[in-house]
Amino acid sequence: MVTLEHYLVLAAILFAISVFGIFMNRKNLIVLLMAIELMLLAVNMNFIAFSQFLGDSAGQIFVFFILTVAAAESAIGLAILVVLFRNLRSINVEDLDHLKG
Amino acid sequence: MTWTSLNAGIALPEIFLLCATCALLLIDLFVSDARRGVTHALALVTLAITGVLLWCGYSPAPELAFSAMFVADPIATLAKGGMVLGVALVLIYGRSYAADRGIYKGELYSLTLFSLSGMMVMASAVNLLTLYVGLELLSLSLYALVALQRDSVNATESAMKYFVLGALASGMLLYGMSMIYGATGSLNVYEIGHRLLVGEGNRLLAVFGLVFIVTGIAFKLGAVPFHMWVPDVYHGAPTVITQLIGSAPKLAAFAFIIRLLAQALEGFAPDWRGMLIVLAVLSLAIGNLSAIAQSNIKRMFAYSTISHMGFLLLGILVANPVGYSASFFYAFTYVLTAAAGFGLVMLLARNGFEADQLDDYKGLARKHPWFGFMMLMVMFSMAGIPVFVGFFAKLAVLKAVVNLGMVWLAVFAVMMSLIGAFYYLRVVKLMYFDEPVNDITLSGGLGAKIVLSLNCLALLVMGLFPNYLLSMLNDAVVFSLPL
Repeated sequence: MVTLEHYLVLAAILFAISVFGIFMNRKNLIVLLMAIELMLLAVNMNFIAFSQFLGDSAGQIFVFFILTVAAAESAIGLAILVVLFRNLRSINVEDLDHLKG
Repeated sequence: MTWTSLNAGIALPEIFLLCATCALLLIDLFVSDARRGVTHALALVTLAITGVLLWCGYSPAPELAFSAMFVADPIATLAKGGMVLGVALVLIYGRSYAADRGIYKGELYSLTLFSLSGMMVMASAVNLLTLYVGLELLSLSLYALVALQRDSVNATESAMKYFVLGALASGMLLYGMSMIYGATGSLNVYEIGHRLLVGEGNRLLAVFGLVFIVTGIAFKLGAVPFHMWVPDVYHGAPTVITQLIGSAPKLAAFAFIIRLLAQALEGFAPDWRGMLIVLAVLSLAIGNLSAIAQSNIKRMFAYSTISHMGFLLLGILVANPVGYSASFFYAFTYVLTAAAGFGLVMLLARNGFEADQLDDYKGLARKHPWFGFMMLMVMFSMAGIPVFVGFFAKLAVLKAVVNLGMVWLAVFAVMMSLIGAFYYLRVVKLMYFDEPVNDITLSGGLGAKIVLSLNCLALLVMGLFPNYLLSMLNDAVVFSLPL
């Protein structure tokens, strides 16, 4: 029997992986964008599990909005990545060191 | 569900702004670069009409629309008025600056107006879904605006940092919202607040969600220890965008915090008060101490913003209408002060010269006594020197904190403001007592200079008569909160 707790634990693990992915990753900006997507998917998992458990459809509607916004977000993220690559010739996280003070 | 039951008239300012922005986006396609002034004028007219619609739609009692997804209460309406003013100042001050740097394009106007609609939705949203959508509309527009200067390494790098940390903050916030939804079974702010107050719902789950929500808010606000993006974004972005990020969204963030913490999570006030105390103390300390070490005025403003956000949080953690209205006053006046500060930076900037080093301000008062004096007023107001409005904003917040019985916190905030006064007064010293190192010429048209002067003088006038605005904001909070 798969209970609500199973879903919540899975979502928490996915969320933790994505946060680690953002902070531990020192090499590639694209991996960072993937971690951000994973984070939003973990949240979606939570919303759907709660929605099913509560018998309330509002949570599933929220998921549609998150998916749409996530698509727009990655479009902007990739666009910024492209202009950054044109300027820096690199997508290495460690090369983002021009701003200091 | 019929058209009248939607009660869409409540959202008329937002609906108008959105339609006008889309129209502006299309009209701009037919405007040549030489005649960009048309877009500029239309954008200002749009803002003026939005302001008038807000004024006409003001009602002291909260009114709900779109099946209780959207509310027009005095907090939202006044905050939106401040945002419209803040964005209008960005467009007025930034025009010649943007033209010198090749970003005087239609995108600047349409994205700025889209970000304003995001802020307005944030201020009026009373459903977790609308809160999230408003926040993202604001954030996504701002990410793109920071990267608007495509050939600048600094601008694109800061856009990337802003994007990654902003997306992380949204993720945290959403995770918290999902927990609150699971704990209470509702997405409506009033409904959540009611269920948690009467003790329904899973409290453990709700507290777990609260932690993530506070983290997300702290990221967006730029409170220590979630402030890493603020200095880099302020420094790297073109100054016109820095002014946009540094002014109006602070009011949106205030309204957002009121909706989430004061309305939805009212029952957990003792829990979030502790978290906000930590955030406020750290922001005041790190913000003021780091600002001293800066040689770049935009970075200095960034750290000073962090410390001002500490003050904003101080008012909110009082968790009563007096504290909220003090914070509201703080956010409102900070929008005008920050707009004037960045407006003066852009006034000195010209083609190929950013005027972002502190040394660039040496001898400003000798060359241009009037604008030197204006900068002096902005610095005095930010430092919280009496007669200027910044003093009364700090005083209102500190009074609310002392009334709560947390005298140590008020004393700590005053000590940190004293440290902060050092770097504000250093700018005044450079302007009045040092020899100019490079020649100082002012850019910008006569209109922008007049508006900038009025903006700076407003800091003095509001400081002379603070009670009018303060009591108006206080009434707004009192009328809006209980429903």
